Amino acid sequence: MLWYTGKRLLQMIPVFFGATFLIYFMVFSLPGDPIAALYGDRPVSPGVIAQIRAEYNLDKPLIQQYLLYIGGFFQGDLGTTFSGRPVSEVMASAFPITARLAMLALFFEASAGILVGLVAGLRKGKLFDASALVVSLLLISVPTFVIGFVLQFVFGVQLGIFRTTVSGAAPLDELILPALVLASVSFAYIVRLTRASVSDNLGADFVRTATAKGLSRPRVVTVHVLRNSLVPVVTFLGVDIGSLMVGAIVTEGIFNINGVGGTVYDAIQLGEGPTVVSFIAVMVVIFVVANLFVDLLYAALDPRIRYAK
Amino acid sequence: MKIRRMGTTAIALAAVGALALSGCSSEPQSTGDGSAIVTTNGSEPQNPLIPTNTTEAGGGKIVTSVFAGLVSYSATGEQELEVAESIESDDATTWTVTLNDGWTFTNDEPVTSESFIDAWNYGALYDNAQGSSYFFDNIVGYSDVQNTMDDPSGAVDEAGAPLQVGDPLTETMSGLTVVDDTTFTVELATAEADWPLRLGYTAYSPLPKVAFEDMDAFGENPIGNGPYELAAEGAWEHDVQIALVTNPDYAGVRVPKNGGLDIVFYGTQEGAYAAVQGGDLDVLDALPPSAFASYQSDFPDTFVNQPAAVFQAFNMPYYLEHWSGEEGELRRAAISMSINREEITDVIFQGTRTPATDFTSPVIDGYSDSLEGSEVLEYNPEEAVAKWAEADAISPYEDTFDIAYNSDGGHSAWVDAVVNSIKNTLDIEAAGKPYPTFAAALDDRSAATLTGATRAGWQADYPSMYNFLAPLYKTGAGSNYEGYSSEEFDGLLDEGASASSVEDATAKYVEAQEVLLKDLPTVPLWYANVTGVWADTVQNVEFGWDSVPLYSNITKE
Amino acid sequence: MPSSTVPDAPRGTRPDQEHFVAALEDTPVAPLDKLDESQKARSTWSDAWQAMRRRPTFWISSALILLVALVAIFPGLFASAQPNDGCELGNSNGGPEAGHPLGFTFQGCDIYARVIFGTQASVTVGILATVLVTIVGIVVGALAGYYGGFLDAIVSRIGDIFFAVPTVLGAIVLLSVLPDRTPVTIALVMSIFAWPQIARIMRGAVLTASNSDYVTASVALGVSKFTILVRHVLPNAIAPVIVIATVSLGTFIVAEATLSFLGIGLGEGIMSWGNDIGDAQSTIRTAPQVLLYPAAALSVTVLSFLMLGDVVRDALDPQARARR
Repeated sequence: MLWYTGKRLLQMIPVFFGATFLIYFMVFSLPGDPIAALYGDRPVSPGVIAQIRAEYNLDKPLIQQYLLYIGGFFQGDLGTTFSGRPVSEVMASAFPITARLAMLALFFEASAGILVGLVAGLRKGKLFDASALVVSLLLISVPTFVIGFVLQFVFGVQLGIFRTTVSGAAPLDELILPALVLASVSFAYIVRLTRASVSDNLGADFVRTATAKGLSRPRVVTVHVLRNSLVPVVTFLGVDIGSLMVGAIVTEGIFNINGVGGTVYDAIQLGEGPTVVSFIAVMVVIFVVANLFVDLLYAALDPRIRYAK
Repeated sequence: MKIRRMGTTAIALAAVGALALSGCSSEPQSTGDGSAIVTTNGSEPQNPLIPTNTTEAGGGKIVTSVFAGLVSYSATGEQELEVAESIESDDATTWTVTLNDGWTFTNDEPVTSESFIDAWNYGALYDNAQGSSYFFDNIVGYSDVQNTMDDPSGAVDEAGAPLQVGDPLTETMSGLTVVDDTTFTVELATAEADWPLRLGYTAYSPLPKVAFEDMDAFGENPIGNGPYELAAEGAWEHDVQIALVTNPDYAGVRVPKNGGLDIVFYGTQEGAYAAVQGGDLDVLDALPPSAFASYQSDFPDTFVNQPAAVFQAFNMPYYLEHWSGEEGELRRAAISMSINREEITDVIFQGTRTPATDFTSPVIDGYSDSLEGSEVLEYNPEEAVAKWAEADAISPYEDTFDIAYNSDGGHSAWVDAVVNSIKNTLDIEAAGKPYPTFAAALDDRSAATLTGATRAGWQADYPSMYNFLAPLYKTGAGSNYEGYSSEEFDGLLDEGASASSVEDATAKYVEAQEVLLKDLPTVPLWYANVTGVWADTVQNVEFGWDSVPLYSNITKE
Repeated sequence: MPSSTVPDAPRGTRPDQEHFVAALEDTPVAPLDKLDESQKARSTWSDAWQAMRRRPTFWISSALILLVALVAIFPGLFASAQPNDGCELGNSNGGPEAGHPLGFTFQGCDIYARVIFGTQASVTVGILATVLVTIVGIVVGALAGYYGGFLDAIVSRIGDIFFAVPTVLGAIVLLSVLPDRTPVTIALVMSIFAWPQIARIMRGAVLTASNSDYVTASVALGVSKFTILVRHVLPNAIAPVIVIATVSLGTFIVAEATLSFLGIGLGEGIMSWGNDIGDAQSTIRTAPQVLLYPAAALSVTVLSFLMLGDVVRDALDPQARARR
C-alpha cells in the first residue's frame, strides 16, 4: 500500500509538467493582445503597451515564457497578475474560500444524494423513486443560474434566512446556500448512480447470504448493499471535486464569492498566463491526491480489490 | 479590467444631471448620522490606485473620492473649483493656475504647485507606462518625454549618468512651470478653449512627495487630499472591498455628510442587486439586465434612470467592399434608418437607454436633438429600403451583414434585436458575430480584419463634446480603429478646439457632427442611462454626470 | 429445455455394473444434466435483448427517442415557420396566439418553432458528445482497470491532465481556431475535456467486477484475458457508465448553453435549446415561461434516455433479470 501510494505521488511530476505546459500553451494561443484589451476602447500610447508586454514576458516566444515561469515557480515566485498582485497572494485568498465551498457542496451532494438514491433503489418503481427521478430531471434541465437565482431570491431576499451575497471572509454559514446550488447537478448524478448500484446489489449473492444468515434488514442494507454500491459513487465524487472547485463560475458570480472558479475564469478572459497556470497546477495536485484517495478507498469498500506490490 | 464582464454591461454606467429624487424633496430632509458608513458597489481596481494609471470605473470611483484635483464636477457636469483658486488664460494656450492656500494631504504635507506638476510629469513619462499618459499630450514637451532616444551620443542625465537607447529625451515636460508654491503655468501645444473642463478627471490629481519613493506601494495605500481617506493601512482588501472614512481636513466643495464609504466589490451586477434587495448593500449604481423590467416596482421610490455620458453605437469599416464611396453612404444611411431604436430601447432595455440623436450625450453642453441630417437616425423603413435598392443598383449586395461584439459584455440581446430589425426592414441576411473575449474582438478591429460592423461605445472622461469626438473620429486618433478620415471633420474639430470661447467651440463641434451624420462612420444607437437603486436606509442619493453617485451627499441614519 | 428429444431410459440396475454411480443412460435425472447442443448458446448481450423486449418502459422510451430523432431530422414536418425570420420586438415575451401556440421569446420569435428547430443542434451535441465520451471512457477505463500497472498509470495520468484543463479555456482556444462552430465541433470540444470522468468511473467498476468469483472461475477455466474482459467483466461493470452517460446527455445540452452564453457556442444562426435557455436568463424575473419550453423539451429528451438507460442496465444484470 505504501509503495503504491509513493508510486502514485511520484506520477504527479510528469502530470504537473504536462498540465502546466498544456495550459500555458493554451493561454498563449488565446486570440488577441491581452494588454491592449486592458484599456478597453480607450486610446493608449503604444509605448505603454510595449513596456507592459515586456514586463509580463509576453514579447518572448512560448517556450521561453514557460521556462521563465517554471524557473520562478521553483523559487516560489508564481508571477503577478496584470494588476501587479503576486499570484501567490491571490491563491492564498481564493483557495481557502473555494475549499470550504467545495467541501460543503461535496458533503451536501454525497449525504443527500446517497440517501435519496438508496431509498429510491430499495423502492424501485414506487412513488419515492418516481419523485426522485422528477427532481433529478429538474436539476439537470434547469441551468445553475436559474436555480441560484431562485434560491437567492427566496431564501435571501424574501425570507431573509441567508445573506444574499457572501461577505469577504466567506464564513461557512454564508456558504450554505451557494453550496446547495453548486451541489444541485452532481446531486442528480449521485442519486442516479446510487439507485442503480443499490438495485443491482440487492440481488447479489452476498446480500442473499447475509439475509439468509438472519441479519436484520437495516444491517443488510447499510453494511452489505450500500457499502458495495459505493465504488462508482465514490469515484464520481473524486472526479467531481475538480468541477466543484474550478467549475463554480456561475455560482460564485451569483453569490459574489471570490473563489477559484471566478478567478480562473477572469484570468482566462484576460489572458493572464501565470494566474491560470498556477491555479491549475494546484488543482492538478488536488486531482491526483483525490483520485489516489479514492483508489485507496476502493480497497476499503470492496475487500476483493487489492493493490499489488 | 478586473471586472467580470459576464452578464454585466461592459461599459460601466455613467451618469448625469440633477437626479430626479422622486419623492425625496417633499420629505423632511434627514440630516442622517454623520458617522454612519455607507456601503456601495464597486469592482476590484485594475491597477494600484495611482491617479494617472486608473483608467477604469472600479478604480476611478475610489481615486475620485480619495483625491481632489484643481476642479471637480457638480451633478450636472459643471466644474467647481477645488484646490484651484483660479485657472486663467488670455489666448487659450498659456494657462495660469493659482491654488488655494491651506490644502494638505492626509499626511499633513501641503498641496503645492509641485504636487501637481510632479504628478503630471510622472503620468506623462514614457518609462512609467501610465495608462492615462495621453491626457497630457497637448502640453508642450509631451513628445519629448514619450519619444525615446535612438542615439544618445554620450548625453548625460541630470545626475550625470550616461543616457541609453530607449531612454526618454527628457524627464519633464517643458510646458509646465512652477511660479511659486501656489502658482504654476501650463503651456499647450495647440490652443484649447475648454482645457480647464478636463481638469476634474482623475489623471490630473496631485500627488504627495512620498508617492514618488515607491509608487506601487503608494498605490496600495494612497495618501490623498480628497473628501475621503483610507480607513487604515491595508483598508483595500483585494477582491473584497475598500474601506474609506471621512477626511477631517478636507475643505473643498464635497464635504461628506456621512462617516465613510465601504465600496464592496461585486463580480456581477446580479449579485449586487440581490444584495440591495436583501439589505446587505445601501447604494447600487448599475442594474443587471434581469432587473430592467422590475427595478421600479422593487424600489418604487428609490431608483434613478436618466441619460448619462455614455454613447453606444456600431461602426462600419470603410475598408470593406460595398461600404465606401457613394454606395457606402447609401448603405450606411439605409442600415441606420432600418433600426427601430425606440422599440429596442423600450423592449430590450426597458427604457434604460435613450435613443441617440447625436454623437455625444444629453448631459454634455452642446448636445442637440435637432442636428441637420439627424433624420438618418430615425426609423424609416420605406426610405431605408429605397436607399438600399439604390445602392444595390450600383453594386448588388449578397453578403450577410454581421455585427461583431464581445460576448463577455452582455451585448447579445441588443445585437440580436438590431440585427432582427435590419433583417425585417431590408430583407437581407444579418447576424451577430460574437467574439469570446474583448481582446479577440479588439484584435480584429485594430488589425482591420473585420468582416462587417463592430459594436463601439464611449464613456466620457470629462464632460466635453471634444472628448466624444476627437479620440474616435479624428484622422489617426487613438480609438479610431475603423480608419475614418475626413478633412472637413478634422478641420472643424481643430477650429473648435482653438476657438476663443466655449460657445464658439460648441458651434464648431455641432458642425463637425453634421459631417459625421452624412458619412456615418459610426451608426449611433443610444445613450446608456445611469440606472441605480438604493435601500431606504440612506437618503439624498444623487448621481453625478459620470454615473457615479455623489457619495459625499448621501446621509444614512 | 424440450425434453422430448431425450428418450426415456429404462429403469433398473444392471448386474455387471462396477460403478457406484449409475451410468448416464440409467439415471432418471439425465435429461436435466445433458447439454442440449441443438440450441445456440446465448450471450449476456442477447439475453439482455430478450429481457428488454418484454419491458413497456423500453418501448415508451424508444418511441419518445424516435420522436425526438424525427423532429431533429425533419423539423420542417413539425413547424412551418422559419423561426429565425419574422422576429418582431412588438411580440416580446408575448403569450400564445393563433399560429404561435407557445407564445414568443424576448426577441419576439416564435417559441414553438424555435424549440422544434433547436432540436437538431441540441440533440446532435448531446448524443454525439455522450457517445464519444462513453466510447473513449469505456475503452480507456476498462483497459486501465483490467490490465492495471503501467498502462493504468499512463492513461489515468493523461486523463488527469485533460481533466485539469478548464473547459472554458479549452473551448475558447479550440473554437477560435476551428473555422466553423457546428454541433459536431462543439461536441468534439466538449468530449476532449469530459472523457476522463467516464474513464474513471469505468475503471472503478472494472476493478470491482474483475475481482468477482465468475471472473476467477473463468480464469481457472483458461479463458483468455481479453475474452473475459469483453464477455464477463464489461457487462457487469457497465451499469454506472450507463447511468453517468444518460445523465451527461442532459448536462452536455445545457453546457452548450453556457458555451453559447460565453460566445464560444454554436455559430451564427444555429438554433438550440441551450441558446434559448441562456437567452431567457435576462427575463427570468418577468417572463419565466420563455425558459420553460426549451427546458421542458430538454427534460423529455433526458427522461427518455434515462428510462432507456435503466432498462438496458437491468437487462444486462442477470440477477435483476431473474427477479423480474
